[in-house]
Amino acid sequence: MRKFLASTGAAATFLASGAAYADQPRPWETGFQAPATDMMRQIEWFGNYTMWFIIPITVLVLFLLIYCIVKFRASANPVPSKTSHNTLIEVIWTVGPVVILLCLAIPSFQLLTAQYTPPEEAKLTVKATGNQWNWDYEYQTDNTLTFNSAILQDGDRAKAGKEDRSIYPRLLAVDNELVVPVNTMTRVLVTATDVIHSFAMPSFGIKIDAIPGRTNETWFKAEKEGLYYGQCSQLCGKDHAFMPIAIRVVSDAQFKTWLAAAKTDLPGANKTLMAQVDGQNKVAAAGN
Amino acid sequence: MADAAAHDGHDHKPYHGWVRWVYSTNHKDIGTLYLIFAIMAGIIGGALSVAIRMELQEPGIQIFSGLAQMVYGLNGDAAIDGGKSMYNAFATAHALIMIFFMVMPALIGGFANWMVPIMIGAPDMAFPRMNNISFWLLPPAFILLLTSMFMPSAPGAYGVGGGWTLYPPLSTSGQPGPAMDLAILSIHIAGASSILGAINFITTIFNMRAPGMTLHKMPLFAWSVLVTAFLLLLSLPVLAGGITMLLTDRNFGTTFFAPDGGGDPLLFQHLFWFFGHPEVYILILPGFGIISHIVSTFSRKPVFGYLGMAYAMVAIGAVGFIVWAHHMYTTGLSLDTQRYFVFATMVIAVPTGVKIFSWIATMWGGSISFKPPMLWALGFIFLFTIGGVTGVQLANAGLDRSLHDTYFVIAHFHYVLSLGAVFAIFAGWYYWFPKMTGYMYSPVIANTHFWVMFVGVNLIFFPQHFLGLAGMPRRTIDYPDAFAGWNMVSSYGSYIAAVGVAIFLYGVFEAFQKKRIAGANPWGEGATTLEWQLPSPPPFHQWEQLPKIK
Repeated sequence: MRKFLASTGAAATFLASGAAYADQPRPWETGFQAPATDMMRQIEWFGNYTMWFIIPITVLVLFLLIYCIVKFRASANPVPSKTSHNTLIEVIWTVGPVVILLCLAIPSFQLLTAQYTPPEEAKLTVKATGNQWNWDYEYQTDNTLTFNSAILQDGDRAKAGKEDRSIYPRLLAVDNELVVPVNTMTRVLVTATDVIHSFAMPSFGIKIDAIPGRTNETWFKAEKEGLYYGQCSQLCGKDHAFMPIAIRVVSDAQFKTWLAAAKTDLPGANKTLMAQVDGQNKVAAAGN
Repeated sequence: MADAAAHDGHDHKPYHGWVRWVYSTNHKDIGTLYLIFAIMAGIIGGALSVAIRMELQEPGIQIFSGLAQMVYGLNGDAAIDGGKSMYNAFATAHALIMIFFMVMPALIGGFANWMVPIMIGAPDMAFPRMNNISFWLLPPAFILLLTSMFMPSAPGAYGVGGGWTLYPPLSTSGQPGPAMDLAILSIHIAGASSILGAINFITTIFNMRAPGMTLHKMPLFAWSVLVTAFLLLLSLPVLAGGITMLLTDRNFGTTFFAPDGGGDPLLFQHLFWFFGHPEVYILILPGFGIISHIVSTFSRKPVFGYLGMAYAMVAIGAVGFIVWAHHMYTTGLSLDTQRYFVFATMVIAVPTGVKIFSWIATMWGGSISFKPPMLWALGFIFLFTIGGVTGVQLANAGLDRSLHDTYFVIAHFHYVLSLGAVFAIFAGWYYWFPKMTGYMYSPVIANTHFWVMFVGVNLIFFPQHFLGLAGMPRRTIDYPDAFAGWNMVSSYGSYIAAVGVAIFLYGVFEAFQKKRIAGANPWGEGATTLEWQLPSPPPFHQWEQLPKIK
């Protein structure tokens, strides 16, 4: 029994440490990535809510089909009925779906409205500009910080200290992550220079197209520190698959230090931040 | 009917050899041409999709760099880059071929051309020569599209890699080479073909119904084609306008879609989806008609709620024109705009539900025999329901935020099209094949085809829901390793479905080889529409004495 507890404990630790590195897709996943914002939690809730309607409807259709197949097969029912109208049932199956759709529509409109009604003013504004095939990030702070974020080349992993592929997975890891403070209302302005791209972060519940000549806006408030991954979500040419988005959510203090340092020395600031964050994770793992 | 057959020997004798087909003004011959064309295009489009699934079977780039080397003669890094572009070109061509050169020719050009005049008691289409040009525009359009796959597009790339949606600026400044121009011309010509066909069907159905066949007595397949023809007539010109603007943006310095000249890339998306959304109903509506006939025939019962069925299609067609921006929830539409499109989109679920329940009610109390067409129809009803309910999920802009442009969308629209429209095509094929050829296929082969296909396509597309939920974007040649599991399952499904297609082709070959005589009506008393009153195959010209409809 003790051994069993220990092994479940180890499994829990493994899962927990995975969660500390926060969100990226997992093998054989069948649902959303774990939410890291309240908005994504609402989306996930609504997604599950719709399941309570669509699964019974599908099962009902399947059941009725099977019932007909069994009960009204030619050998079981050699003489077909001649019924071709029944006003009552036709009204029922018209009104029934309307009622179901109303049940879906009310929370759906609430969710949609919430996505366009940020609860507070943004404290940080970042502009993301899509290029073929990388992103430019601009921190609209007193002293503007601008840098480019592209997919991490395998040859650069060692130099960047990103050799652990469980934290920095192939196709998702980037050279310079977008760094934001935790629990901070962050506005993202999104545009593009060449063709249409799309800025998406699954665990934040955001996706907004980056369109040349137009500035779109979205927002998020990340609740958990960690490293989050998304990918360009609009076909943008040859390297569309190789245009990841990585957001590192850190504590307020870490963010301030990083921002100050990054303006002069981005690689150095990233290294320092990574050392801090990885150190925390090691401590957390040891604490378990 | 013997008179009609003998009549072939006189003035309207069919020409022989290639002249009969190239010069044909006979709706049945043209319908046959369309069906053969659709089968060939379907094989090519299907092969492209198998190549895509082979590439996606494992993470990394496996086959497209090699393909680029073989086809384009590229080497080293250029082969990898060329392979990435080639993947996009394959995905684009797969979509365009399946939509414009497989499903539409099969359902509208093939089955509707064959059966609508017969069903409404007309001797032929209203404009037989226009019918000829409608078909013969398609092969050049198809050749243009296939040629485009070998022409330069972006630097170091060949073939149109912008997706079937052709969004600028990727389709303008993003791919300056001639490939895109050829594809645009191909769509222009295919669109012209469809508009001519639509005019022909509308005129035929409105003016050439036999005495006594009022619109409210007309078979549902003819209804479905009538609605489809109106959708084509009203939506395709908008696409033609949009892609013409693309063409002038590309070649003549206009800036309709270029922000640096005051244009807007989003304008194209509005124009495209004003066509594109009705288009998906164009693909499925004739299938609805076919399924209604089959369910009724094999249940030996009249269609339940006939008028509701007909007007549900009219409603779907009408509402289909005012929901287009649900394809654009992530483009930055205003909140109110999104609210409207959520609402309008959800409305479509109501007439669609009426159709599903009416099919079941048609079976209810029936005496059902499970011949191959009925098997495909049952598969259609269930799988279309799955595609329908995921469509209801996607209609919600708030939820679509997470699902837009992921594999969830791929799964959804393949459930309604690949498992919906294509199942309806096969259902129609097995229903009318004996009528069109006079020969009965082997039911064993037809049933095997169904089961292999059913397992295959579900294996392909059901796991893609999971991939989409987990966030896998569409249209990528490679994916993070975590997505490997479901992608592998999906790819194996694709190979099974390919075996299904091979069984289908063998079944056709076998039927022609064995020449089992089908007889005028192989389906018994449930088959009540007019085509079953004619011999199989029908005479070259039917209804010289118009049938009387009670």
